[in-house]
Amino acid sequence: MTPPQRRRRYPIKQEPPPEQLQQSAPGAEGGTGQEGTKGKEGERKNPERLYVLTGATPGGERASLDLVTLIVACAEPPPAAPPEQSALLRLCKAPLSVAELSAYLNLPFSVVTVLLTELLTAELVQARDPLIRQSLADRSLLEAVMHGLQKL
Amino acid sequence: MDFKSSDTITGPRTEDRLPHSTQAAVKIVIVGGFGVGKTTMVGSVSEIRPLTTEETMTQAGIGVDDNYGSDSKTATTVAMDFGRISITDQLVLYLFGTPGQERFWFLWSGLFEGALGAVVLIDTRRLEVSFDVIGRLEERGVPFVIAVNSFPDAPRYPIEDLRSALDLAPEIPIVECDARRRASSRDTLMTLMRFLHSLELTKASV
Ligand SMILES: Nc1nc2c(ncn2[C@@H]2O[C@H](COP(=O)(O)OP(=O)(O)O)[C@@H](O)[C@H]2O)c(=O)[nH]1
Ligand SMILES: [Mg+2]
Repeated sequence: MTPPQRRRRYPIKQEPPPEQLQQSAPGAEGGTGQEGTKGKEGERKNPERLYVLTGATPGGERASLDLVTLIVACAEPPPAAPPEQSALLRLCKAPLSVAELSAYLNLPFSVVTVLLTELLTAELVQARDPLIRQSLADRSLLEAVMHGLQKL
Repeated sequence: MDFKSSDTITGPRTEDRLPHSTQAAVKIVIVGGFGVGKTTMVGSVSEIRPLTTEETMTQAGIGVDDNYGSDSKTATTVAMDFGRISITDQLVLYLFGTPGQERFWFLWSGLFEGALGAVVLIDTRRLEVSFDVIGRLEERGVPFVIAVNSFPDAPRYPIEDLRSALDLAPEIPIVECDARRRASSRDTLMTLMRFLHSLELTKASV
């Protein structure tokens, strides 16, 4: 039996900068519907929640927060803080990733980044940036991860 | 109002809190088609109960815009599972199980660009669903390894036949795994890490 055959694309060495990727964001990828038979992976109907809390649009102002930027509260919630801010501040008394905040608060990632941008501006939280591949060139980091995995 | 009252929010369990000393996180993406075992793999190696982050995607007027002037947008919620492994008391690794369709990847900026690398999970009963993912990762220069999730009734091809069918460069590792088993999932992640390490060595020796 022979497996189906993929044809490699022309290798492109240069990665487009992240900004460029951002701009071609949601919906612009209209033509990519052919890759799977079941295109419904993970999809759930839940319209318009994105707009409930912040009024933000998907392309709007956001701090450059990664899914795994670690957030740590550096102050108690101010008495006048809206409930979602207080909840957020309570959650990240110990460091917590933006992804975890999104999961525990049951809010979309984009909404959490808007909330966090406000809290960062007010200096109520601190952000610890992730270590990303491009800035890496650091074998000792990779070795540390391997060592950690070996302990599992 | 959709937001839960803050009293009802369940945060991390005490044992799921990261130490204050945690300085930074790294991430690895596990990507593949529907039902290939992404959630299973995240769950089998994660030290926390796997969590889900959602994002809303709005697509303006797909296909025929038959409803001009009223609501011609459709909103879809896309979910992504993730888990976590503490590496040291300063470093933590996150694993994201990401749908194979590229149009979802834009929802989480930096998902692939910032990742150390990716594990492409494949199911030999539906090899073609992985073709697009592999092409996209190549285009973006995201280093990846292939993990064949061994479903009992799936055809078994020799690794080199798979390599040639997937048109993969000889250095890209292809391993078999059972995503349900922690040791097997861990070994798959180790394969990716060793591959990334070898890429750094190659870079350093040029
Ligand atoms: N036999 C076998 N079944 C698996 C394996 N990995 C996942 N499954 C099963 O395949 C189904 C789909 O897995 P899931 O992790 O939800 O796939 P996802 O859509 O990629 O997240 C589930 O019923 C799993 O129990 C595996 O390695 N071997
Ligand atoms: Mg899943």
